[in-house]
Amino acid sequence: MSSSAESSFTGSPLVKRGLADMLRGGVIMDVVNPEQAKIAEDAGAVAVMALERVPSDIRRDGGVARMSDPQMIQEIQATVTIPVMAKARIGHFAEAQILQALNVDYIDESEVLTPADEEHHIDKWAFTVPFVCGATNLGEALRRIGEGACMIRSKGEAGTGNVVEAVRHLRTINAQMRRLRSADESELYALAKDLQAPLPLVREVAATGQLPVPLFCAGGISTPADASLVLQLGAEAVFVGSGIFKSDDPVRMAHAIVEATTHFEDAAVVAKVSTGLGDAMKGFETATLETRLAERGW
Amino acid sequence: MPRVGVLALQGDVREHERALHSLGVDVARVRTPAQLDAVDALVMPGGESTAIAHLLVSAQLRPAIAARLDEGMPVLGTCAGLILVSREVLDGRVDQWSFEALDVSVRRNGYGRQLASFETTLRVRDVGNVHGVFIRAPKIEKVADDVEVLAKHDHGDGEHAVLVRQGRVWGCAFHPELTDDTRVHRLFVDAI
Repeated sequence: MSSSAESSFTGSPLVKRGLADMLRGGVIMDVVNPEQAKIAEDAGAVAVMALERVPSDIRRDGGVARMSDPQMIQEIQATVTIPVMAKARIGHFAEAQILQALNVDYIDESEVLTPADEEHHIDKWAFTVPFVCGATNLGEALRRIGEGACMIRSKGEAGTGNVVEAVRHLRTINAQMRRLRSADESELYALAKDLQAPLPLVREVAATGQLPVPLFCAGGISTPADASLVLQLGAEAVFVGSGIFKSDDPVRMAHAIVEATTHFEDAAVVAKVSTGLGDAMKGFETATLETRLAERGW
Repeated sequence: MPRVGVLALQGDVREHERALHSLGVDVARVRTPAQLDAVDALVMPGGESTAIAHLLVSAQLRPAIAARLDEGMPVLGTCAGLILVSREVLDGRVDQWSFEALDVSVRRNGYGRQLASFETTLRVRDVGNVHGVFIRAPKIEKVADDVEVLAKHDHGDGEHAVLVRQGRVWGCAFHPELTDDTRVHRLFVDAI
């Protein structure tokens, strides 16, 4: 009644997607140093995203935003027991190779960093480490899944503290999935063409009514109410970037968003954790932005 | 037919619900002490054990579940759920606590980080071959004499138990809920 290591294999779609399944109902927090990572874990985060600057600072500083210094990632890995994710630039497979060599648990091929390739995303099937990618609509989500992404997140508009774009992306993805669900088999070819998405994946969504991988929400979530909103709109977990460590009281905000994510259907709990939190991050009106990160990638 | 709760604070709750539904079991999500009162048994899913432990405290479920475990409520813990029921947790957070209802020592992420997550074929006693999916899995390093070992796996460093049972408390280092095979869930349900 024993099995052995010889008959085992790693890097399969099931174990890559499986880790995303384990993160469902949780909060993944952006952190820039071990102290923040500790605060995130203490507050009940299911994972941390290690990066040098949170999106609102990237937005403020300008310049080229790249993969983080490996030393910073390793210090965070040494500090927490939960999964550690890190970001690679769109199309920058060498950064992704480095992150895999660092043994990170998930790579975010992210529009928050400056894209390295304007035509090709990373071939994610070539990696043992799983990838999450952003999407603004169903076609984009299915193209990323076709390239091997094992988790999709809405792009939202990172670093703004404004949830409006994340809501738009979630609603768009859900509406397009409902359209496929109600489509006749003979309509799927033209719908796949319109979505610019692989036909087998379009068929799968038409049959199941959901994405083949977990759908999380990112980009602009900055209050417990935001978390409750996007979970009620069908997101299965949330990424919070600038929203925690740019708020008045990051420790309380981190706890509050974790509670609101678990108890998103119970407005009494969300009300309780929202009380006396101090100011959320200041944020931006997205209509006045000079750089729209969600337009990066395709 | 017993009513089985799935602890629904965080993790792969839906997969456990699906497996239990397909066995014809009455399934309910448990997020509050009142919801716990309404179930006969509890499944603790995979997820992040530190996050679930945190949420158990804030939802006031920690004392409620501890009391039900003392009364003999059947519990199945998979992965993070196994960590939560184990007597001893190694490589955890300094303040990591557990219900100490299953007399085993588990090492968190004992098989490694995500790159080491693996699939294998296990032989489960009284069941046969089962597909084992291990994701940042805990390793069961010590097992008390009165703990039944139903499956073991040798990952190149000697045999370690991966499915165990001590009375009404079951622990599973892998994720039977991530496959379509419901036989491990059936073992648990049949014993309720």
